[in-house]
Amino acid sequence: MPRAGPTARPSVEALLRALAPQVLGTVVRRSGGFDAAEDAVQEALVSAYRHWALYGVPANPRAWLTKAAMRKVVDRARSDHARRRREELAAASPPPGGSASGEDDTLTLLFLCCHPVLTPTSAIALTLRAVGGLTTSEIANAFMVPEATMAQRISRAKQQVKASGVPFQMPAGEELAGRLDLLLHVLYLIFNEGYTTSRGEGLYRVDLSAEAIRLARAVRERVPHDGSVTGLLALMLLTEARRAARTTPLGELVPLAEQDRALWDRRLVEEGVALAVQAMSQGPTGEYQLQAAISALHDEAATADQTDWPQVLALYGVLEQMTANPIVTLNRAVAEAMVHGPAAGLALLASLDERLAGNHRLYAVRAHLYEMLGDVPAALDNYRAAADKTMSLPEQHYLTARAARLNAAGPTRATGRIPQTSPPRPTQTPSREERLATTRGKPFGPV
Amino acid sequence: MTKFMLLVNYDGGVVAEPMLSWSPGDIKAHLAYYEALNQELTASGELVDHQALAWPETSKIVRSDGRAAPLVTDGPYAEAKEQIAGYTVVDVESVDRAIEIAARLSAVPGPGGTPTQQPIEVRQFMDGQTVDL
Repeated sequence: MPRAGPTARPSVEALLRALAPQVLGTVVRRSGGFDAAEDAVQEALVSAYRHWALYGVPANPRAWLTKAAMRKVVDRARSDHARRRREELAAASPPPGGSASGEDDTLTLLFLCCHPVLTPTSAIALTLRAVGGLTTSEIANAFMVPEATMAQRISRAKQQVKASGVPFQMPAGEELAGRLDLLLHVLYLIFNEGYTTSRGEGLYRVDLSAEAIRLARAVRERVPHDGSVTGLLALMLLTEARRAARTTPLGELVPLAEQDRALWDRRLVEEGVALAVQAMSQGPTGEYQLQAAISALHDEAATADQTDWPQVLALYGVLEQMTANPIVTLNRAVAEAMVHGPAAGLALLASLDERLAGNHRLYAVRAHLYEMLGDVPAALDNYRAAADKTMSLPEQHYLTARAARLNAAGPTRATGRIPQTSPPRPTQTPSREERLATTRGKPFGPV
Repeated sequence: MTKFMLLVNYDGGVVAEPMLSWSPGDIKAHLAYYEALNQELTASGELVDHQALAWPETSKIVRSDGRAAPLVTDGPYAEAKEQIAGYTVVDVESVDRAIEIAARLSAVPGPGGTPTQQPIEVRQFMDGQTVDL
């Protein structure tokens, strides 16, 4: 179903998306079936796009959508020859002029769409449709699959939800924490999907990162005192803040250390930092809070050299205690190198050979540290290994370009084979470590 | 989800006879098998695209230095069996699932209904996520 296109005012679209989960909640409660309700609301949204673009937004948009969706649910029941059902539904319609009860089912719906019975992929697709209010076409476009394929994915997800017998209600008690974790994980996955730079910016392509932020804000509005919720939103904002600086106009990757910080979104940084601070005071410290705190330290530094690496290192240490994730250790090795020199970072990487064998990120970090150390052949070998293994094209280009730059600037041991003699000393520019050594002890930059 | 391209070439697997010499019923069964698989993959939400490519003898090889008119010769220029005949693109949870689907493609029936065991190449898309470097 085509979107309203460039002539639809953005506010209509935003309004529809905000109303979608609320209307769905109402329709599910009245009709008792999530599957049929979701289809009906989706059809009502499509109708609304058309009608409101032509005739303007109605006085009570929520009631309009609810009525349209309920009518479609009744129609379907009619075609199903369930006569008694029809009468039940007709009796459940709101009195004219009455708006919906005002109850807000957004969170309940989110929990339903992020249910553990679903695969992450299904949960993502269902969340974007039922809670995000995106059309199937928009979601298909965002993930670059045909619309029919995405429609099937959503349909199967709904069937799984139905088959699992999940009730339409908030999880309670001991179940709540785990379900919330899963919900946040799904939002994090959606955010990261939007963060993939290899996808071009299509004219009507939905910004998944923005969508994830919008949903995270919705969760925080309703769950304001949970450190993980606040932490995740902070992390998203702090990451999104750097977006404009992450790629050149040609789509080439720019590493954090080389980004033009004037391009960072100051408002997002400020909000993200404030939320990161708040998250740390909200209950037991979890992964999202720590990652947000680390991100805040990066975003607060006026220049890369002013980054509070000792504090970053300390936080990675805490994060490492909390998770068994070798990628955390990998990141800690970078911080280790920035504080204690590249040799210390490389020593830490040695412990990851088994756990991250064949993982391109291990080679990429090792290459970077060897470059810091001045071991050009070892750095080149690792850049090459990383470039061969990465599944991201922009990253491959970046690694190759970096290796080429190193190869051109460094001593002429062009074969890149690991030398039998000691590594060459750095020549022209001082190594990062040497530069750092002279700046350590300077007062921390402006906040 | 990760995208993979599953490539089919002209290596007929255990089947030596060209399709021209199969019975019409066998050809029909062969095509019906592919059609059913594609429908199954659409229903599962995994199919992204599938295409058959025109016969290699219709292909052209183009070489150009960007200045003079390009040099265009008739294809193919690689070993005939290795020419790409077509591809299926799937979006799946894991490489194991991609391999599972490739196995289905490989087992397409030939003459007498015998599975051809044609070799299917599985190549991952380089549309992976990047991280802050």
